[in-house]
Amino acid sequence: MLTIANLIKKFQQPGGGELTVLDVPQFEIANAEQVALIGESGGGKTTLLHLIAGMLSATSGSIRVDNIELTRLSEQGRDRFRASAIGYVFQTFNLLPAFSAIENVKLGMTFGSGRVDPARAMDLLDRVGLADRAHYRPKQLSVGQQQRVAIARALAGRPKLLLADEPTANVDPASADSVLDLIIDSCRNESIALLMVTHSMEVAGRFSRIERLEDINRIPALKQV
Amino acid sequence: MNLLFIAWRNFRYRALSSFLTTLSLMLGVGLVVIVMSIYGIISEAFVRNAAVGYNLVVGPRGSALQLTLNSVYYLSQPIENLPYTEYMEFFPADERARMVSEYGGDPTLGERDGVYAGFVGEGYAIPLALGDYFGEFRVVGTTPEFFEKLRHGPDLDQRFDFQEGRALETFTPENQYFECVLGSRVAAQMGLAVGDTMNPTHGDPEGKGHGQGFAVVGVLAPTGTPNDRAVFVNLEGFYLLEGHAKPLEEDAVIVLPDRDPDDTRPPLLMIPEREVTSILVRNGNVMHAPGMQNRINESGRAQAAAPIGEINKLMSMIVGPLLSALLVITLITCVVAAFGVLVAIYNSMNDRRRDIAVMRALGARRGSVTWVILFESLIIAIIGGAAGWLLAHVAIYSAGTFIEQQTGVQVGLFSVSEFEWLLLPFVIVLSLLAGIVPAMAAYRTDVGSNLSA
Repeated sequence: MLTIANLIKKFQQPGGGELTVLDVPQFEIANAEQVALIGESGGGKTTLLHLIAGMLSATSGSIRVDNIELTRLSEQGRDRFRASAIGYVFQTFNLLPAFSAIENVKLGMTFGSGRVDPARAMDLLDRVGLADRAHYRPKQLSVGQQQRVAIARALAGRPKLLLADEPTANVDPASADSVLDLIIDSCRNESIALLMVTHSMEVAGRFSRIERLEDINRIPALKQV
Repeated sequence: MNLLFIAWRNFRYRALSSFLTTLSLMLGVGLVVIVMSIYGIISEAFVRNAAVGYNLVVGPRGSALQLTLNSVYYLSQPIENLPYTEYMEFFPADERARMVSEYGGDPTLGERDGVYAGFVGEGYAIPLALGDYFGEFRVVGTTPEFFEKLRHGPDLDQRFDFQEGRALETFTPENQYFECVLGSRVAAQMGLAVGDTMNPTHGDPEGKGHGQGFAVVGVLAPTGTPNDRAVFVNLEGFYLLEGHAKPLEEDAVIVLPDRDPDDTRPPLLMIPEREVTSILVRNGNVMHAPGMQNRINESGRAQAAAPIGEINKLMSMIVGPLLSALLVITLITCVVAAFGVLVAIYNSMNDRRRDIAVMRALGARRGSVTWVILFESLIIAIIGGAAGWLLAHVAIYSAGTFIEQQTGVQVGLFSVSEFEWLLLPFVIVLSLLAGIVPAMAAYRTDVGSNLSA
């Protein structure tokens, strides 16, 4: 599903020069495989997710997702690909406040094929236990409920790969378990590959495969300021 | 869920900001529509008032516009006066002879046709004598023909109606030569009715009273013309007022009028003592008007002006540019309001960079988020523009009765002025232009840096 080879990401520094953040010689995820990626803060975990999602362009190297070479796509091509093949769950949920829960889920479909399936949107909300709050605005939902809506939104476009960036970091422990169950079970049920970034060993312990960023990235975290 | 819907949701989410921005645009558009409507109303009123059935105004040589203003609109000061003999030039020999016989004067005047009589044909020539006031209103000395011959209204087919009384007559036993008719505004403002007496002052509103009153015999129904603010007195009575007789010249040839010895009526002014300020002329065949106008202007004694032509000149030279300047100012108001759209949306960009980045992360292209912002401008433009247009028309319609009383122009709820249809597209283009700056900010929004918080 995901194959990364010799991936390097450098950022321009304000004073001139470049800062290398990532140097990943090899990293793979199989179809429907679920992987936890752990690492220190500032180690480049989120940057790696943004590269895989096509939100950032690589400096060099290769990122293949579902046999599509992302590094050869234009920005527009990456946008189109992301809309159709990648689901993304953010640490801070990032629901759009102007839209209701179901409209947020529909937004997850809007930018892909452009075809919005209201029945699937409601079904997804039902699966995350929020069908009765479909028309609530994000601020009317609890933190845990907002993350559930965000998961439903990430699944709305029938992605092949779900990227989750510390999805339980901002929810209370009781909700964290159910959020985690929901992501893992949904991906398993829909055969979606999952790459979850987390600080928590407890969360990582739920995965059969755990990767440390330090093991796959040649750039030590401490060198990144 | 399309981009327009997303923009609409954003518009509604920032309800107060959206409302205030839309309100400023609405007021700007409303102002422009009102100015455009006033422009249309003034233009129509000027042209309408310039057409009361006659096609030429004849007066002393000088400014044709001034002649039109004082004879048609009762504004400005009369230039000078014409001798009565000039008025007589519009009549055939038999009528001229009757005048000589009735008023007294040079008998040779009645031995020939008037120079312009052939041009007038079945038309008419109505004299006006100006110079006196009743309060702030002009006193107009004229003949009963004024009410018989002149027409008003959009199709020039309406006779002067009287809300009270009747038209003045040249002589009645009870009032002799001193009858008058009041325009509707004069009657309302001065509180006079039929049976009252109107006392004119000489020369200006603060002038000396003549000591001779005129019996009010009629009050005109509103016409929406300058006649609503005029007092019409019988010309013969006007002549008999103190100071209105022109001194006789030493070489004047006068044959006194034929009077019955038992006639107790006061003697009328003789022809050499008479003057008219202007003459309203309608040619029986309007094809004769240009020829007559040339003849009069070449005579060296008088000038003939076509009121509609003079008013069109006035509109294009003075009133038009003034209104255009007003229109430009209000259009600038619209531009300022559109700038407000820019500021409001641009200021909100700080709050919504994250939202835009989220949409980008969900697969929205740069072009899509750009269009969302432009659509938001479009929504403000359409709602603000339509509401402003509607508000202005409701306001104008509400003032419809007042406008009709003052100008005679009827305004419907959806009476649209000439360039009004261009306003909404103009506002839309303006708002889209205003939306470009924040839209470009949305276009440039970096996904990674705005999501990494």
